[in-house]
Amino acid sequence: MNPRIHAIKTGLARGWHEFKLGLRSPQDWGFYLFLALVTLGYLWLNRNSTIEGEGMTMSLPAFSMPSILGALIAFGLVIGPGYSLAMEREDGTLLRSKAVPRGMAGYVTGQVVIHSMGIVPTFIVILLPGMFLFDDLMQNGASGWLTVLWVTVLGLLAALPIGIILGSLVPGVQKMGTWGFFPIMALTAISGIFFPIQTLWGWLQTLAQVFPIYWLGLGMRSAFLPDSAAMLEIGGSWRTTQTVIVLALWAIAGFLLAPRVLRHMARRQSGSAVEEARQEAGQWVR
Amino acid sequence: MASVDNSVVIEVENLRMRYGSVDVLDGVAFSVARGEVVTLLGPNGAGKTTTIEILEGFREPSAGKVSVFGSDPIDADEDWRARVGVVLQSWRDHARWSPRDLLLHLGRYYEPYSTPERQRPYDVEQLIDMVGMNDHADQRIRTLSGGQRRRLDVAVGIIGRPELLFLDEPTAGFDPQAKRDFHDVVHRLADLEDTTILLTTHDLDEAEKLADRILILAGGRIVADGTADQLAREITRETQVRWSRNGEHFVHAAADATRFVRELFTQHGEEIADLEVRRATLEDTYIAMVQQFESGQQSEDVARTFDGVAE
Repeated sequence: MNPRIHAIKTGLARGWHEFKLGLRSPQDWGFYLFLALVTLGYLWLNRNSTIEGEGMTMSLPAFSMPSILGALIAFGLVIGPGYSLAMEREDGTLLRSKAVPRGMAGYVTGQVVIHSMGIVPTFIVILLPGMFLFDDLMQNGASGWLTVLWVTVLGLLAALPIGIILGSLVPGVQKMGTWGFFPIMALTAISGIFFPIQTLWGWLQTLAQVFPIYWLGLGMRSAFLPDSAAMLEIGGSWRTTQTVIVLALWAIAGFLLAPRVLRHMARRQSGSAVEEARQEAGQWVR
Repeated sequence: MASVDNSVVIEVENLRMRYGSVDVLDGVAFSVARGEVVTLLGPNGAGKTTTIEILEGFREPSAGKVSVFGSDPIDADEDWRARVGVVLQSWRDHARWSPRDLLLHLGRYYEPYSTPERQRPYDVEQLIDMVGMNDHADQRIRTLSGGQRRRLDVAVGIIGRPELLFLDEPTAGFDPQAKRDFHDVVHRLADLEDTTILLTTHDLDEAEKLADRILILAGGRIVADGTADQLAREITRETQVRWSRNGEHFVHAAADATRFVRELFTQHGEEIADLEVRRATLEDTYIAMVQQFESGQQSEDVARTFDGVAE
């Protein structure tokens, strides 16, 4: 029995178990439904808005729905592990994992599984009602769904290490707003999710194209929208090759960096560190 | 009592830990042999937790030599980790899990480290029974009482059938029944599993019950090291004798209580009643020792001040 492979298998089972616990939790469902309500509500209110350019017109929901799905991948896989790690560093979950042989490998595997799995309910609660609310959401049939799949997987690989690094560096759960939530929201605002990116200043367009959110949105649009809609994109193309390259570069950089940052953070974990956090939390409540 | 062979499990020399300009540990030295149950006593802030965390490999010391199973804990590998059990104070981790699921999960990590002599992990059902969690094993951890939670902490600490177990104030918040159960678990581990145990506690009665040997940590150093009996002899040599004669009560501190009582009976015979002979308890010893140390510390400080003046 190879101990490392064994630990990773144990971590897979851990992630699956936590995912199931989440499915049984009203709190988690509340979050998913809230997400769906906000997204679909926004799209429904703007159902008569259109996007125009290059001599063609498209309804805003048709443009924004795939873009939002792309952004939600980035959001879920950066903020999700970020919050989990920050929280579980403080509450002692990480320390427990550190106290068993190869427990950290298992813990991280579990985190990868649970946050990746989280995409499934997110997509279901948005896509299922979305199909009824808006006509012709998916215009490319099976090949479109295949694109959804690879964009999702690649986006997940690009975003997840960022979340792990964020969760390792953020000083505490209370700081997740300034460190994680607001930067992501700001980046989403300039990444062509709610309106075409070309309406922004040039330097903002360039900035947005450095990060995965824009490419996730673009990749998802290429999956759902007809080829003619590419006319509305920068360069009049889906730029599939660039999408793959940018996301893959983020994934590679993340997978090289995340384990180091994580190891450095895990080294600092101790019972008294948890105790300190507990006392601080006690003061917060009051 | 179960020290079958004398191989050394923990060896600490000149251990120092400095936070800012404060030396929490100032040259701690001791060793623990295989199968020993050793209790670390000391006033709050003496550095007990710091010492344990260094030995667990969760904290890097400022200086000194630390060896646990021949490795420096901070750089020890995962095989080392599999031999060591740590009882942590849980807070709100794994809130949604049930104790049974958590034990099954954490136990799995030990499977590759099982040997014919030492089957790892512990059978979860047996463990749940051992720590007295039968009625709560399937309830969510979030809903456990403080005492049940600590039982779970103990179970998690020993799930890997450790050869060495660290317990930092394991019975804080236990009711007397839970305490008794826990003591049974410790005896069982020490006697049947040949587990070496290092624990801290503020309960001196518990220390006396469990420990083969007691270390007292004060002012960043080990100021006493021995069995409860040895410590008592070393510090408080006198035994308290109480009796009554003709309805009148007497107390006497005797160096040799046996001889004193014999003389008492020779002199007064049947008139003696309510006889009580009380050897100094560990508590008496502990208080005396810490006070002795603290007054020593003060005179040292005074000496230092005078040195300063002289220069």
